[in-house]
Amino acid sequence: MADKKKKTKRLIENEEDEEAGVTNPSMDEEAEAAQHQSGGESSVEQVDETHEAESLIKDLKTKHLSKQKELSKVKSPKEDLAKELRTIKQQSRDKVDETIRQEEAELSATEDGTVPMPTEEEELGESQPTDSIVTFAETTTELETEEAVVKKLKRKKEKVEEEEVLPLKDEDEETTKKEEAPPPPETVPPPQEEPPKPPPQEDVKTPRGLKASMKARLRKAKEEAAAEAEQEQKEEEKKERQLKRDKDKKKTRFDQPEVDEAELEEKTRAFKSRLKKKQPLEEKFRMELKSKGVFMPTAEEAFDFFTHDFEPEPEEPKPEVEEKEEEEKEEEEEKKEGEEEEGEEGEGEEDKKKKKEKEEDEVPLMEDVDEEGYGFYAVRKAEYDDTPETAKKEAEKLYYPSVTSVNAEEKAKILHDKQPRFLEDEGFYVGTRPKISGWNVNKMENRLIKELHREKWFGEDGRMIVLPNPLRPTPSRPPIPEEQEPGLEVQYRKAIMHEFDSRYIDGSLDNAGYYQLDVDINSLSFSHHHLFSREHVLATRLSQLYEEYMDRQKKNMAEYLSEKLKALKLSAVHLKDHMAAKKSEHNYADRSNFQKRLQDYKDEIRRARALRDKEEKTDRLLLKAIIKTWKDIKQQREKQKFINTPLKLQVITEETNKEFDLTQWKLEIEDELEEMEEEATEIYNRKKTEYEEALKKHAEQVKAKEDARVRIHKRSRKQSTKGSRASLGSKASKHSAENEPNPEEEAKDQEILNEPEIEIPDKPEEFNKEQARKDIIAKAKEIRRRPGEPKLYPEVTSTQPITEASKCPRGEQQRRNDVSKCEMFLKVLFNNKEVSRTSSKPLTQEFKLNFGQIFSLKIVQWPESITYQVYETSGFGGEIICEINSSIPDSSVTSQSVQLENLDFSSDHRVNHGHEGVGSGVPFSFGAKNEGTETLYTTGELRCSVAWAINDQGELLVPPSTQEQGNMFYAMRKMDPVTAIGAAGVVDIQKLAKWFEDSRLDPNDPANADLVYMLKSKGGESALLGPKEFFRLEQLQEEFNFCDDEAIDENKRFRLIYLRDSEVTEFKNYKMIPLLDRDIPRDTFAEYEKKKREEEKYKEEKDIESHRAAVSKFMQRVREQVIRRFRLLAHQRRLEDVINEEAVPNIALLGTSVLKLTERRRPLRVERKERKKVVPQTIDNVKILININRAVYVPRRVAASRGGAMTAREPDKAVKNIVGETQVQPFIEVMFQDVFLHTEVGDGPNPSYNEELEMPFKAPNEDYTPGNLQTVTDNIYLNLFDQVLIDIQEDDRQRGTTVHQRIEKKWLGGLTIPFSTVYFNGKIDGTFKLNKPPVLLGYTQGPDEEEGTSLRSNEENTYLSVFMTIEPPLQPPEPMRERFATTEDEKLLQYADNWEKTLNAKFSDREYKTTVIDVNGKTVFVTRYFKALEPPPDIFGSSDTEVKKMEVVARYVSMIPSVSDSVVFPGLCDIWSTCDQFLQMMAGDEEEHAVLLANYFLYMKKITWLIIGKGIPEGPTAYVMTEQENDYWIWNAGTGEHFSYRDSYCPLQSISCLINAENIWANVQQYEKPAQMNFDLSQGASWRSFFTRSFPNTGIASYQPERLYYKPTNKNAVLDLQEKIETLLKNKIMEWRSRLITRWNRHCTQIMRKLLPVLEENLGHSPGEQHLAELESTFSAYKVSGFPINMPYNEINPIVDAVFSTRVHAHDTSDVEFALAVYIHPYPNDVLSVWVYVASLIRSR
Amino acid sequence: MSQSSVFLLMVGGQIESAEFPDFDDIYCKYCFTFGPDWLVTSGLDEGLTQVTKKSRDDRQQFVWNFPLDITFKTTNPFGWPQLIVHAYGIDAFGTDVVRGYGVTHVPITPGRHKIRIPMFVPESSSQLQKLTAWILGRRPEYVDVRVLAQGEGREVTRVRSQGFLTVSFNVVMKDMKKLGYDVIPSEMSTSVIPESVGPNSGGTTET
Repeated sequence: MADKKKKTKRLIENEEDEEAGVTNPSMDEEAEAAQHQSGGESSVEQVDETHEAESLIKDLKTKHLSKQKELSKVKSPKEDLAKELRTIKQQSRDKVDETIRQEEAELSATEDGTVPMPTEEEELGESQPTDSIVTFAETTTELETEEAVVKKLKRKKEKVEEEEVLPLKDEDEETTKKEEAPPPPETVPPPQEEPPKPPPQEDVKTPRGLKASMKARLRKAKEEAAAEAEQEQKEEEKKERQLKRDKDKKKTRFDQPEVDEAELEEKTRAFKSRLKKKQPLEEKFRMELKSKGVFMPTAEEAFDFFTHDFEPEPEEPKPEVEEKEEEEKEEEEEKKEGEEEEGEEGEGEEDKKKKKEKEEDEVPLMEDVDEEGYGFYAVRKAEYDDTPETAKKEAEKLYYPSVTSVNAEEKAKILHDKQPRFLEDEGFYVGTRPKISGWNVNKMENRLIKELHREKWFGEDGRMIVLPNPLRPTPSRPPIPEEQEPGLEVQYRKAIMHEFDSRYIDGSLDNAGYYQLDVDINSLSFSHHHLFSREHVLATRLSQLYEEYMDRQKKNMAEYLSEKLKALKLSAVHLKDHMAAKKSEHNYADRSNFQKRLQDYKDEIRRARALRDKEEKTDRLLLKAIIKTWKDIKQQREKQKFINTPLKLQVITEETNKEFDLTQWKLEIEDELEEMEEEATEIYNRKKTEYEEALKKHAEQVKAKEDARVRIHKRSRKQSTKGSRASLGSKASKHSAENEPNPEEEAKDQEILNEPEIEIPDKPEEFNKEQARKDIIAKAKEIRRRPGEPKLYPEVTSTQPITEASKCPRGEQQRRNDVSKCEMFLKVLFNNKEVSRTSSKPLTQEFKLNFGQIFSLKIVQWPESITYQVYETSGFGGEIICEINSSIPDSSVTSQSVQLENLDFSSDHRVNHGHEGVGSGVPFSFGAKNEGTETLYTTGELRCSVAWAINDQGELLVPPSTQEQGNMFYAMRKMDPVTAIGAAGVVDIQKLAKWFEDSRLDPNDPANADLVYMLKSKGGESALLGPKEFFRLEQLQEEFNFCDDEAIDENKRFRLIYLRDSEVTEFKNYKMIPLLDRDIPRDTFAEYEKKKREEEKYKEEKDIESHRAAVSKFMQRVREQVIRRFRLLAHQRRLEDVINEEAVPNIALLGTSVLKLTERRRPLRVERKERKKVVPQTIDNVKILININRAVYVPRRVAASRGGAMTAREPDKAVKNIVGETQVQPFIEVMFQDVFLHTEVGDGPNPSYNEELEMPFKAPNEDYTPGNLQTVTDNIYLNLFDQVLIDIQEDDRQRGTTVHQRIEKKWLGGLTIPFSTVYFNGKIDGTFKLNKPPVLLGYTQGPDEEEGTSLRSNEENTYLSVFMTIEPPLQPPEPMRERFATTEDEKLLQYADNWEKTLNAKFSDREYKTTVIDVNGKTVFVTRYFKALEPPPDIFGSSDTEVKKMEVVARYVSMIPSVSDSVVFPGLCDIWSTCDQFLQMMAGDEEEHAVLLANYFLYMKKITWLIIGKGIPEGPTAYVMTEQENDYWIWNAGTGEHFSYRDSYCPLQSISCLINAENIWANVQQYEKPAQMNFDLSQGASWRSFFTRSFPNTGIASYQPERLYYKPTNKNAVLDLQEKIETLLKNKIMEWRSRLITRWNRHCTQIMRKLLPVLEENLGHSPGEQHLAELESTFSAYKVSGFPINMPYNEINPIVDAVFSTRVHAHDTSDVEFALAVYIHPYPNDVLSVWVYVASLIRSR
Repeated sequence: MSQSSVFLLMVGGQIESAEFPDFDDIYCKYCFTFGPDWLVTSGLDEGLTQVTKKSRDDRQQFVWNFPLDITFKTTNPFGWPQLIVHAYGIDAFGTDVVRGYGVTHVPITPGRHKIRIPMFVPESSSQLQKLTAWILGRRPEYVDVRVLAQGEGREVTRVRSQGFLTVSFNVVMKDMKKLGYDVIPSEMSTSVIPESVGPNSGGTTET
């Protein structure tokens, strides 16, 4: 390393020499000498040091070089000095040379020790020449140190600098003070350069005695001098600073020392020359080296440094840097002089300086970093700053780079003091620099200079390294390569036809054979068309009839049947004859055979006759119809006076021979008659035989019965006369004996008797010949031509001339016009693609079209369908009339063999015409006849044919049937076996199954697989083959189910996710559901499942408490039902929910807002600013701020001196208040979520607190969404306590010195505010009445008697002023704005909406209610809730007056527990339940209470309204108002209290509307406080009623039940409960004071027990005096403090809470006794009033 | 709860730039939304960028280069975080109006992703309101931007596109595969780490 450095050094030296043009061989020599020396001494240290020094020197040299370069370039006033400098340099160089020589001579006389030069300088600098001289004198005389040499050198250098710079400085000062370019030299440098030197001296050199003493002396002197100097300089500087304060700091700083320096320089010059001679060069050199090695400023140096550097900002790094640079420059200048020692010296110094600088640079930097950069990393939310702050911050973060050029020193430093090197000048190619404006370059340089590695940004020439300008002077484009990217190349490929398509006959198009279908469209004729006239309709009918007639005529069935009949008759006769003739010949079998044949003939004849009759009848009817229709036509033609159709009927009559006819007729009739007779006789005979037989049987039966009867009779008689006639004839006895053992016979007889009588059939009638004849004649007349009647042959011809159009009426003309305009064409569709169409043909007047076109279709696809579409065009556009499907011809049908066939078509097209045309699909009538209307649709016939063509060679162009496999049907069969089988199979799948079985197909044959599958039922056996009776919608759904439902149920995680998704309360806000099943706590579902189980086993129990539980379960069910119902609604959003959009402002609003602008500003008017509601999720650390202002009328203690129990009784006797005696020391304690906070202790009955308590609030599950918050049921308890200090000093002797007291809290009253109230209202502000126990032992209420004021009612109560809010404000839940289902009249609701809207526009803060939501989630009109309902009859008890009764009722209502709707129905705040529901649920909001109370009052015939308004602390609430004489009473249904409307302490703060069954009255008065209002409801200006004369109340039925049913309360259960509560409370109190002994005073308890029912009877008001007196007298020996608490019963926990919050138990002593009594007063329907009397008794001493 | 059933998602990146033709002076707010099983372990889930002017060149870009850095912890990929960006700007009357909403999921694969989010604004519900909104400078805005990250309630809105915003994400995941969620192709997931790399192997300290 050393070698290397050496080399470089050499190089540099050479360079330097070259550059400077000065050679100094002595330097090398010296260096070598030094090396030798050190080597000779073989001191490793020295060697090392030498090396180091050398390296440093080398560094310095390079720097010098660059600096020199730079300097040569610097354009500054310095240049002017250049000459001067050079001369001075020359001089100094000479001097130095001389000195060196001298030094060499004196080398032997080396001395150690140094004189710290700075001191001298300092001292000298302080313009104290004498001192300095002295010091120097010492130095010179006593020791010639190397240091001195150094000093001397230094001096010299400084001198040079001085010379060099002084003029500069002057110039500077005069001209541009800001310009730093010509740097004022030597200011701080001395202190900077010097400190480094001494330490090496101390450390490295062994301190010698001389040196030590020298040093000490020096130090002392220096210190003294420094102190003095400091003093003076300070003074001086002060002045100067004063002058230059506004000037640049740097300036101030540099200026001052300069002056000093200048003086110093001159003074020391003389010494230097002297000193120089003595300096031993080698020594000096070594010193240098050593000093370089270690650097450590001593204390004195530090001191020195600091004393000298007392500038305002001594540690600012930048100036120092600059200074340093300045020095460097100076040193360079020295070097130019060519003095080696100096140079080296300079280098050494510079080195030190650098180190120093580094240190100084670094230290503050590090600090900075610590402070701002890398300190604790703080995470903050993004904040928005307003402009000044932003500006400030920007100032910190941003800086604006200066546009002035970087000053030369900076640059010089970057170049490491080397001469700038210009490569271009040396012949290198550097390229042209891009043109950049000077400002920008400067800016960039300034920016870069600030950076850490700034060197690399600058080139050797000291300028920024800049790439040559990349821009070319001429525009150019990049060459585009000829060859394309291989990946992007496009290749040509021939299009590929898809080879196989089963629909093509031959598989593909390529090798297709020539197949052709000929479609012949012959003609089209309409049997009805919408342009038909009525005549046309009839004519068509006629021609149809005629056609039919002709058809029949052709067949001539009647004739044929007649002939057949004749033949049959003949053969029958023949057979008869034959039988008669050969009767004997035939055996029986033959005979019967003949007989049978005969019978057959007869049957046949009969049948033939019937058929013939039918045919004849039809013929005749047809004929008649033809004639009738013809008549109609004629009539029509007559009527319309023109002829439309060429149809003409001619009837050819053929005269007949009447005689012949008649005989024929008669013969016929006779014939038939005979036949009939024969048949009838036969029947008659058969029937007769039957009849006779029956008759015979009947007779037999009658006889048998008779016999039996006789026998029975006989038997009975015999039995009765047995004894007497025993001796009768033997025959008789024999008979009797015969009879006797025959009981069976008897039974048989009985049976016979019981037999049903055989019915005698009606006697068959004989054939009535006459009647039959008549019938036959009548029939014959109907169906047959009468004898003599001419035969009629109708003949329809088309010969009738048609009336010319011009002669027709207008309607007809129009019709004909339309017909001629109407054109038709047909489209032929092959496989649903149009292949051709006929030309458009006009419709003839006969409604026939002749196309006569044959279309040859060359086909490549299998024919699936051939369809014709009939289009009708009249004018523009075609309209499809109908589609006709044609069958695909069999392969045997060719165009040669094909017959035209008629295809009927019809269309449901509806057309109506204004003219004669009857239209289509519309009813019409023939007018005059009144025979009803007819509706005809367009129908017609198409004559056409489809056949396979035959080509010229006579080949049939039919696709080969072997291709069957590939055709469509095959493909279809693959899909659907049913199709393949054919239409029959489709119709009846059962049949198919049967066929399948019959045909014995192999079910295992894969060809039949489809069929088997199709028919296979679940059984899978062929016997069970049958169609499936279901089909699946999403067959693949199962495939996608990644597990089945059971798995989800079993898996805890899935279940949890599922439950969360369905927003089950317990899991709604479950966060971080674990991924793995095992991570889910086992008891996650425990609660949920328990609840489920409980819900399931719902059973009635007698116990009251369990009844309550059941009710609460019921409520829960209702609630969940409601929630579920509304969950859906809640998830349906409307635009307003999603988008915040400004409504269109109306003019009035605009006006007011404009007015607002012009309004005078009232800075002193305090207005509460709306706080911004916080969106959940970001919330944490929510607090409830409770600001307690003051309390008034706090009960005062009754002076303790009286002894015994102190009561509120006899206030006038209360001990006088001695001034200073505390009446009471109340404070407020707030309890919420088990956190207690309390105010300071106040003094006196009207304390003022003005304290703000911050109550932390924790939402369940840490979820601050409105949905969750509104279910919070916690209450905020505010309790007023009296703090009592009790002296518990045991030892009287200590009383003088020790205070020993116990603090006791005495509960004076409390206030409970549900959290939901605060949450919904945002804030609660007001003066509240405290709930005070009716009896407060030991305290008195009311004013001091000294004040002499009478006790007013409001002074009985204690009031508390409180402001409460939540911080940060939480978003209240959005009310449901959804319109619910309703059964109300739409009109009513609409009116209600309007009414509300108009009122709200005026009074936006008043709540007007017209509709509410009931438990079922339906909107109900509010007046429906009012109806007189009977209160439970047995509550009145002894109360006699009406007011008393009302109070009792109010108390009853108030004893029903109150639960906020939001808790019951979260998300829905305004649900009103009816009174029966309310009584069943035993919980409800203010509305329910109020409605019930109002209904009771209505029953009591009071004039009652429901008030909707705002109260404290509830916020929006409902009260009841009754009219008393000259007064209105406002009832708080929740507490049972009532107030006069004038009462200013009424908790009701505003009234927005009154409601009763008849009407709703909205308050439109200016004021809304009850006391300020006018209650004359008839005044329209004050009250706006809902139902008015224009919109009267039409009697809206009540929604309430007919009457309420109260179930009696179980007294025993109540007693049990009472017991239970008492035990529980006692246990609790003992538990709360588990540290101490709790004693119970039974006696007191008993007295209290007696007292409590009295309190209840007094409706919670204070009982009579005597009760208290009793209590008092009993406990004269005690200090009693206690009170009764009253509350409705809902659950036990609130009672415990309430007792706990009174802190009765909090007596921190065991000396106390307690008394606790519980009384429950049962009201009907399980309404319970719970009284708890707690007291603490302390025995008075 | 054992730590094993949690995976981490680290998201770094930048809101780089945006294109909003015809607008100027735009700044952005962003927030992350995520499902109930997600938790932010470090970093900010909401932020506000500086105001930027559009570049005076043809690209007309708004550049913020606003860093995002957030780490999530979760047990369940359901409710994967989404970035909602909403841009605001000053209109002709100097009022602050919304210029666009955009939303994107954080990429589900590790690595660097650059996403161009189309931005849109809700439309006024009537022409008259459009006019008044323009005059008063109170355009329709989303009540809660988190609506954008969910499907519910979007159907009632009508929106118009406004521009684009470019966001880059650098996503790092931990333990995701361990828990059975494989988001990376297999050839990527098994990368070879040279053995020499690591804190122990390197480091010959030179004097």
